Amino acid sequence: MRTRLLINIAKSLLMARWKQTLVAAIGVTFSITMFITLLSFMSGLNDLLDGLILNRTPHVKLYNDITPKINQPINQLNDSNVHHFIGSVKADASRQSIYNSNAIINAIEKDPRVLGLSRKLTAQVFFNDGNIDITASIFGIDPNQETKLYHFDEYVTSGNSADLNKVNNGIILGKGLAEKLLVNIGDAVQITTSKGNIFQLKVVGIFQSGIKDFDNVQSYASINTVQKILSVPSDYITSIQVKLKDIMQAPAVAKQYQQLYETDAEDIQTANSQFETGSSIRTLISYSVGITLLIVAGFGIYNILNMMIFEKMDSIAILKATGFSGKDVKNIFIYIAISIGIFGGLMGLVFGFGLSALIDQIPFNTASLPTIATYPINYNPNFYIIGIIFSFITTYFAGWFPARKASKIDPVVIIRGK
Amino acid sequence: MEKILEAKNINKFFHDPVRIQVIEDLSFSINKGEFVSLTGKSGCGKSTLLYVLSTMDTDYEGTLLIDGEEMPKKNEGFLAKIRNEKIGFVFQFHYLINEFNVLENVMLPGLKLAKYSKQEVEHRAMEKLKMLGIDTLALKKANHISGGEKQRVAIARALINDPHIIMGDEPTGNLDKKNSDLVFDIFKQLADEFNQTLLIVTHDPGFADRTHRIIKMEDGKLIS
Repeated sequence: MRTRLLINIAKSLLMARWKQTLVAAIGVTFSITMFITLLSFMSGLNDLLDGLILNRTPHVKLYNDITPKINQPINQLNDSNVHHFIGSVKADASRQSIYNSNAIINAIEKDPRVLGLSRKLTAQVFFNDGNIDITASIFGIDPNQETKLYHFDEYVTSGNSADLNKVNNGIILGKGLAEKLLVNIGDAVQITTSKGNIFQLKVVGIFQSGIKDFDNVQSYASINTVQKILSVPSDYITSIQVKLKDIMQAPAVAKQYQQLYETDAEDIQTANSQFETGSSIRTLISYSVGITLLIVAGFGIYNILNMMIFEKMDSIAILKATGFSGKDVKNIFIYIAISIGIFGGLMGLVFGFGLSALIDQIPFNTASLPTIATYPINYNPNFYIIGIIFSFITTYFAGWFPARKASKIDPVVIIRGK
Repeated sequence: MEKILEAKNINKFFHDPVRIQVIEDLSFSINKGEFVSLTGKSGCGKSTLLYVLSTMDTDYEGTLLIDGEEMPKKNEGFLAKIRNEKIGFVFQFHYLINEFNVLENVMLPGLKLAKYSKQEVEHRAMEKLKMLGIDTLALKKANHISGGEKQRVAIARALINDPHIIMGDEPTGNLDKKNSDLVFDIFKQLADEFNQTLLIVTHDPGFADRTHRIIKMEDGKLIS
């Protein structure tokens, strides 16, 4: 009842100066609009850039690194009477494949933290083009699994990734590599392995990752094909790539697998730490710009309320004389400020959504990003929640100081001043 | 007789620019139903005294009792409640709120008190307006009526919560003869018919002479 009376008074004071009020609300609307748009756009861009690498990167990668063995066999000799000195230790590259890979895969697939895994092996080969040899790698993959976990088919710009399994000796070439070799889908390419074997492969697709250096030196074939090229048995794979349900668990899982399966394990955070840094700085910039805009709008509200209090001195005095306490008067002006903030803020959300939807329609074609047709926008509801909370808080504080001033007005001074 | 208002040894000083005593050890009381006028020359401290008595000015020494209850000097919220419930004000200038219509202006202190529902407050406000002969103006905006009418609206506003005492600071100071008489007649009628206590500051001798009791001030002291 009492609050409703105060709100009614606030409303009529607002309406008496509706033009100024509107200007103040537009200030808030503008800043919230920009806040929403900026954050949606920036984080859309972040997701895009992160996706470029992170979506295609396994969360945990199991492999055997080429390093000198720390534990040389002689160390296992438990005889305190002898000392051994080993010189010229060499890295041992003979065991790039993962031991007992089938058992490991079975065990990992049962881990509840794991979303899925894919097997991979790599062959370094020469593509023979006339008298030129181009060094490149062929990744042996399971195209279905790769598509499911790492959106592989999105990057295959022509041809079909599933054809790797259907066509005998099929290969998908990177765009740059295909251009160098002057081949297209249906053509055959000839490769030479590091051991000197020669193979004919049939091009079934072209892929474009968005990172040109990759596209110049990479190609994909089915696991069987690559095993054939390397002349190794069918359980020979060089890495197991695991995708987790929660990316944040990757370091812990990597550490555990490393001990459990006696392989090297690398987590995504270690492999790509620079991306996280870039994302968080971009987010920080967007937030600071948004908040700056809001503070400016807050000053606008502060000014208008101050002016309103100056104009309504008489009304404030008589309200106090007839029994409204300082707190009531303060509440009236805070209601005014907050209603400007909420109205302006809600309009800002609507316009912010509209503006981001508009940006989402603007064509954005770039050769390096084949899957992107328009500017990226992230419609994260959190931005909208943060926006409305911020507009509420800033306007509350913008209103608080003038409201306190109004509550301190001494009615005697005004009434006697006439 | 029941004492509505009692002042005991009131002293008041102005501090700026120099310390001046404006009210000197002043004591008096007003009984229920009395129509009292407070007169004196300009600057004798009569308005200052009224604002002390009204609880709006708390910077004084001495004791003030309204309806037998001692007024604290610090509790702003409590004093606002006392003003709302027990005191009606009529000033020289009407101080109506222009954003509201006449009826809403009258209802405002009643809604604040929240003793009655909104419908009842509205009904009571209409009764007060009818009594003062301005019920036809009820829905007009406060800045669309004449000066005499505004002052009558201000009186209706002062009456809405059935206050123990009505205080007026030169309520007829801004009005012509005809409207002054009208306002005086209303006060007189309130005192005689409704046993309403009134304390009116005026420097109009014609007005003061017709009240029940005159309190005369000179240099911060009562002289009669």
